[in-house]
Amino acid sequence: MIYLMYVLMFGFLLTAVIGLLASWIDRKVTARVQYRVGPPLMQPLTDIIKLLGKETLVPVGASKTAFLLAPLVGLASVILVSTLLWLNNINPKESFIGDLIVVVYLLTIPSVSIIMGGFASRNPLASLGASREMKLILGYELPFLLAILVPVIKSGLSIRLGDMLTAQMQNGVFIGSWSGFLAWLVVIFCMQAKLGLVPFDVAEAETEIAGGAIIEYSGPGLAVFRLMKNMLLFTLPFFVMILFMGGLRFDGIHFLYGVLKYVGLVALITVIRNTNPRVRIDQAVRWFWGPMTMMAIAAVLLAIWGR
Amino acid sequence: MSMKLKALLKSPWVFHLSTGSCNNCDIEVLDCLTPRFDIERFGMILAGSIKHADVLLVTGSCNRKSMIRVKRLYEQVPKPCLVVAIGECALSRGMFMHSYNCPVPLDKVIPVDVYVPGCPPKPEAMISAVVKLIEKIKKEKLEGSSKRK
Repeated sequence: MIYLMYVLMFGFLLTAVIGLLASWIDRKVTARVQYRVGPPLMQPLTDIIKLLGKETLVPVGASKTAFLLAPLVGLASVILVSTLLWLNNINPKESFIGDLIVVVYLLTIPSVSIIMGGFASRNPLASLGASREMKLILGYELPFLLAILVPVIKSGLSIRLGDMLTAQMQNGVFIGSWSGFLAWLVVIFCMQAKLGLVPFDVAEAETEIAGGAIIEYSGPGLAVFRLMKNMLLFTLPFFVMILFMGGLRFDGIHFLYGVLKYVGLVALITVIRNTNPRVRIDQAVRWFWGPMTMMAIAAVLLAIWGR
Repeated sequence: MSMKLKALLKSPWVFHLSTGSCNNCDIEVLDCLTPRFDIERFGMILAGSIKHADVLLVTGSCNRKSMIRVKRLYEQVPKPCLVVAIGECALSRGMFMHSYNCPVPLDKVIPVDVYVPGCPPKPEAMISAVVKLIEKIKKEKLEGSSKRK
């Protein structure tokens, strides 16, 4: 019963509220960078309510079940991930061994759901977007997993998120060391690709393939996809915070630090998004398999060496 | 007013469709997105796909070739949706009035909610048109005489 409450209250409601706020911060900062005023505070929520009230269109010849199910699969996995992360932060002792692996697997499912929706919609542009998303996953998963090895090594070869949090509470945050900092840099780039933001938004590419994999979605389906993206904008930075930056602590001044860390990460994502052009898919894969993998390997070696 | 309609008026996503215009109206439409006018303040975004849009902006003289596509696109917009005709050509065919290729104006083919005259209309005129559109829908809803879904 208590776990159901965790799923509903923390996993869904709190994450959705913070995610919508973060997406407002993202849009507002983007507007300010371009010297505009930007949307009002409630804009992301209004968008979702509006989309929920619109008509759902299923293209002729599309696989109806997969098309309508894809957004829900993505949303469900994001809810599960954020529940696990909150659970770890509230009580580090309560998690199970291997939850890091579960989180890494579940974080891939939103991208898989986008691929599913794209291929199910029987639109050439959507198929193009889905195949690009697939290549992008192949690209960023390798350095992402290598970089995640660093906190595992630093917390004494533990694959429990709770152990990482307690290790950072005792010995200082991992980002303070050389290996931790390198791995954090790699993870920031992988996070950008996982969120599907510029410079790695090849799968959506509004100006080029008109929305890519989600081109055929309208109404509630699009609303769920948007909500999923907004919730990922909270979940992924939160995961990075737990891995490298000591997570969110609830005692006194540390809570304020936690909030500042999160807002700083969102601002960093937004600044990267606004100062870079979109790369081609081959450039993205080369970037992840070349420099990023090298950096991640260097970080792992440094971590084994003890730096 | 229902929550659905209120949310629609606060975040109308715009799809921009040119039916063979000289590109002047299109440039003025894009002007609305620049820092000087910034219609994202009112929640408006240019949508890349017709399936994401709520408002159809039509520019250009409606010729025989493109009207088939306009009709098809109008059927693809998820309802409820609104149509705005921008520029003299979309309103009354402008200088192509007597052309063999432009038999009817836009509102004979699909229902148009707001007309923005001008060749090309200023961005201020477009913003004022949107304000009029919102006022019109609010009034329609209050009187309860809407034919819209």
